[in-house]
Amino acid sequence: MTETSTRETASGGSTSRGAGAAPHTPARPSRAAGLRDLSNWADWAALVGLIVLVVIFQSLNSTFLSPGNIQSMLVASAILIVLAIGQTFVVATAGIDLSVASTMTLAAVVFGMVFTAGHGLPLSMAAAVVAGAMVGLVNGLLVARGRITDFIVTLGTLSAASGLALILSDGKPATIISAPLLKLSTGSIGIFGYSVIVALVIALIAHIVLFRTRFGTHVLATGGNAEAANATGVRTKRVKTWVYVISGVLAGIGSILLVARVGAAEPAANTAFLLNSVAAVVLGGVSLFGGRATIIGPVIGALLLTALVNGLTLLGVSQFYQPLSVGIVVVLAAFLTRFQK
Amino acid sequence: MFGLLADPIGQTTRLNVETSMTTITAAESVPVADPTAPLLSLRGVNKSFGAVDVLRGVDIDIRPGRVTALVGDNGAGKSTLIKGIAGIHSFDAGEYTFEGKPVTVHSPKDSNALGIEVVYQDLALCDNLDVVQNMYLGRELKKSALLDEDTMEAKAKETLSGLSVRTLKSVRTLVASLSGGQRQTVAIARAVLWNSRIVILDEPTAALGVAQTEQVLLLVRRLADRGLGVVLISHNLTDVFQVADDIAVLYLGQMVAQVEAKSVTNNQVVELITAGRSGDLGLKHPMADVIEEGASKTGGVSA
Ligand SMILES: Nc1ncnc2c1ncn2[C@@H]1O[C@H](COP(=O)(O)OP(=O)(O)OP(=O)(O)O)[C@@H](O)[C@H]1O
Ligand SMILES: [Mg+2]
Repeated sequence: MTETSTRETASGGSTSRGAGAAPHTPARPSRAAGLRDLSNWADWAALVGLIVLVVIFQSLNSTFLSPGNIQSMLVASAILIVLAIGQTFVVATAGIDLSVASTMTLAAVVFGMVFTAGHGLPLSMAAAVVAGAMVGLVNGLLVARGRITDFIVTLGTLSAASGLALILSDGKPATIISAPLLKLSTGSIGIFGYSVIVALVIALIAHIVLFRTRFGTHVLATGGNAEAANATGVRTKRVKTWVYVISGVLAGIGSILLVARVGAAEPAANTAFLLNSVAAVVLGGVSLFGGRATIIGPVIGALLLTALVNGLTLLGVSQFYQPLSVGIVVVLAAFLTRFQK
Repeated sequence: MFGLLADPIGQTTRLNVETSMTTITAAESVPVADPTAPLLSLRGVNKSFGAVDVLRGVDIDIRPGRVTALVGDNGAGKSTLIKGIAGIHSFDAGEYTFEGKPVTVHSPKDSNALGIEVVYQDLALCDNLDVVQNMYLGRELKKSALLDEDTMEAKAKETLSGLSVRTLKSVRTLVASLSGGQRQTVAIARAVLWNSRIVILDEPTAALGVAQTEQVLLLVRRLADRGLGVVLISHNLTDVFQVADDIAVLYLGQMVAQVEAKSVTNNQVVELITAGRSGDLGLKHPMADVIEEGASKTGGVSA
């Protein structure tokens, strides 16, 4: 814990920066400090945005902050949180995973197949996670070893995974009837549904991995300066491969939550999840150029996007306006990130 | 010396006095049987890239406690020589001995294991990481599965204060916000973190202003005073004469002279760099025999 606070002071202690600078350092500390402040502010754009939205929606509709609505918002955000965390690892290495949502679809279909074949819940869940991991591994190997642009690779697997999902399922949803799964989607402790608890536990683990392990440091180093990282013995190719595997595994876990929520394994395209996972990451202040990431940021970003949709629905705004509003929020957030660095 | 340890928010890291003492001692007194014997010697080293002979029969000795300046014109082969020493590419021929024993160095890992650290021209630092993270990058300390941040932070501070580095406010500062000199300092501190025996610096002052150059040169001197063998590549002869004990001159891939700095003048070194010889130093004059003959003939006539 000591080092967190020290580190945050180190990067955030802009007020005292000019004072101790050696006389020969370039004489523009105040400007740098000003930019610093703005960039810190940009880091917290998601939180500020979330608070603003909550205030607005609450003043327009007092049921917005009712325990029941908070609970349903949290549950609704669980899958997006899980996907956004996977996306965060990839983006932290300066990559992008456009295949998260279709990987989740494929994993859901695999879940359905294994479950329908009567292999039971644990094996079905494991199969879904393995399927996600496999897609992630393909992505990772192609990006890291095959030296193909992440954008193209994951665009390819986006299409391939959803195609595979259609082929395997023959285009038909498989109904999943399972008491424990139902419990996962409906059960709760206080206002926290089980699915959101799963998502938050994953977020906690991800935070520890990113900031408390050698791997996490190497992820940030790879995103920050891959050449330098390589020269100091960081195996950047391996790191790049692993972040896609992480994203795939989390897409697999997301598919379990999805099947639990829908009660069926569908080969439906979940395009909104892809866009929202990238949006949550950007809203969370993670740099698309890599090397700069948090877990809490994208989690708040995911909550914000969910609150936005939920609030608009409560206010009776037509569904058609939702993608538009999400788009505006994301572009605004992207605009704020211009002040980073 | 403890300016660096002053923690901005008063959370001074617990410093185990005993460990810190032993580490400092270990770093300060490198056990050497004969203090003047070279730590590292190369004899007759060749290296060619395709048809180009970049290094031809190069000899060099790197001694503990001394700064050896490696000078030579652009393309003389300086970087090639140190990359060979570091194991980034291996030499085609020649002897490589460390502490008198022949060794094979085929990868940076091999040279690291011998205690050879290189600070490259294009500093390999990650701007988005802090000083401690950079110093330990690729060799992080762990406590079970997690990073041992406390130990790394304490040791980084210790190394920096051991080098009397006072310009860094906090070791948790992001490298992006450091000046060129401070970055160079971090890169050098990283090189001495591992009980290194030899530190090689490729143009460490190239991009620095006067004051920061001074600081880095002081640091280079301090490394040698601790008993490390230091190799300094530089195009700036003022710097070289300020800090070096020995000067090794590469001329078109040949080591034309390795002499004590105080035994030569600036002009002689310039001549060695540009022409490969200066008076009786360096390459023999291609016409040396003819001239000698001529001289004896004329001498004969006049007598
Ligand atoms: N990988 C390589 N392939 C082919 N030629 C090379 C390679 N590396 C270096 N050379 C050649 O070897 C020669 C020496 O290069 P080197 O980089 O060692 O010079 P240097 O003394 O470090 O020069 P500078 O002072 O400009 O840094 C040059 O002619 C260069 O073109
Ligand atoms: Mg060079």
